[in-house]
Amino acid sequence: MSQTKLKLAIGLGATCSGCDMAIVDLAEKLTDLLKAFEIVFWPTASDQKLEELQQLPDGSIDLCLYHGSIANEENKEIARLLRKKAKTVIAFGACACHGGVPGLANLTTTKQLLATVYKETPSSDNPDAKEPSPETTVSDYSLHLPRKFDTVQCLHDYVDVDYFLPGCPPETALVDKAVEAILEGKLPQKGATLAPNRILCDECQRKRQEKKIPKIHRISNTIPDQEKCFLDQGIICLGPATRMGCGAKCINVNMPCRGCMGPTSKAIDQGAKMIASLGSVLGLEGEEQMSEEQVKTLIDEIEDPVGTFYMFTLPSSILNRKALKR
Amino acid sequence: MASGFEPYILGFLCNWCSYAGADLAGTSRIQYSPNLRIIRVMCSGRVDPRFILTALKNGADGVLIAGCHPPSDCHYLTGNLKARRRYYLLLKLLDQLGIERERVRLEWISASEADKFARVVNEFTEQIRALGPTPLRAS
Repeated sequence: MSQTKLKLAIGLGATCSGCDMAIVDLAEKLTDLLKAFEIVFWPTASDQKLEELQQLPDGSIDLCLYHGSIANEENKEIARLLRKKAKTVIAFGACACHGGVPGLANLTTTKQLLATVYKETPSSDNPDAKEPSPETTVSDYSLHLPRKFDTVQCLHDYVDVDYFLPGCPPETALVDKAVEAILEGKLPQKGATLAPNRILCDECQRKRQEKKIPKIHRISNTIPDQEKCFLDQGIICLGPATRMGCGAKCINVNMPCRGCMGPTSKAIDQGAKMIASLGSVLGLEGEEQMSEEQVKTLIDEIEDPVGTFYMFTLPSSILNRKALKR
Repeated sequence: MASGFEPYILGFLCNWCSYAGADLAGTSRIQYSPNLRIIRVMCSGRVDPRFILTALKNGADGVLIAGCHPPSDCHYLTGNLKARRRYYLLLKLLDQLGIERERVRLEWISASEADKFARVVNEFTEQIRALGPTPLRAS
């Protein structure tokens, strides 16, 4: 092929690299992708070094997919560098779009996090009470680790993002569609999320009825019915507050939605939306006559609202972290 | 505690009961603390938890939601019951996010309870004054 290839960079932040799998999962489409793109930076799969990326002229990369949230100095630097070098940046996956699971670190501080991991767990074996520190000297060599931030944030909190492709990891069909749109030059308006802007319940095939949930069941303690809506069965499912586009994969294997696609553009805050919709469908027989205490008992069955409703979106929610005491 | 701290309290009052109650407190010339800023909504069930989170994020020291008495005063039949369920769930969320649950309060105030309205506002203002400024306000 004589045509010059477009340049593609794939950057990593605080990520589990499951998003790389979503790219590999393109399977035979991946060969089409590689016909059109030359990979100039992809730490997971190719051999270029950071220095090579730094030497590229600004704006010379055609497309950058960035996955992972911004949790430390290094994530921030790489995100900024890629933004400078790339014409189009896509926040790829739940972490880059909404903060993702690493964002739950916002319920604590770095100091507490390190103490828990290195000292306080029952299995910790650390007699010298050592912790990773940004700077260490080992036999005259000074070694550096990037400093972790107290607050994990999304990619768009640090750099200008052109498109968002949510999901944990992004659904292959959506990635495929996005790649096609890029190759054909048919990308939507800047700032768009490359997934439908409707809620998951719209594509869910389960049978629904008029809801009144008298008791909450946890998925770990129940075998859910295959046909009926999870919420009808008293199992918390984030469908009403979550964007569709994943093909309801979890639902189809009898697991309720945990919300990895994030909220729709109108819901904004996934947790608030979920509280609102649960408030509408929870309900007890004769609740009108009940005391405040009795109503509270039903609500108390929902343990860990933050972990349940913001599993993937705490850093992009309205109150993006646990409040720090003055 | 910083001296001269005046709590900034936002109130969502339902059109049919609590706002009328507040109106009656005004026309009856009942004195109450001036810290409450009222937003009239059609029903306490209209108060999306997002409104409350946004108010707190923007530095409100307290948020009051007031609606019609259960069981059956609600103009829309069950709006107040929905507000109540959302309120308790939101309190649990606030606990986890390090915001004192005392900063958000739900009260039932009817159109004739001007005295109760004034008492609630005074009590709530003093409660927030004792708690101090919200940890979320940019200092």
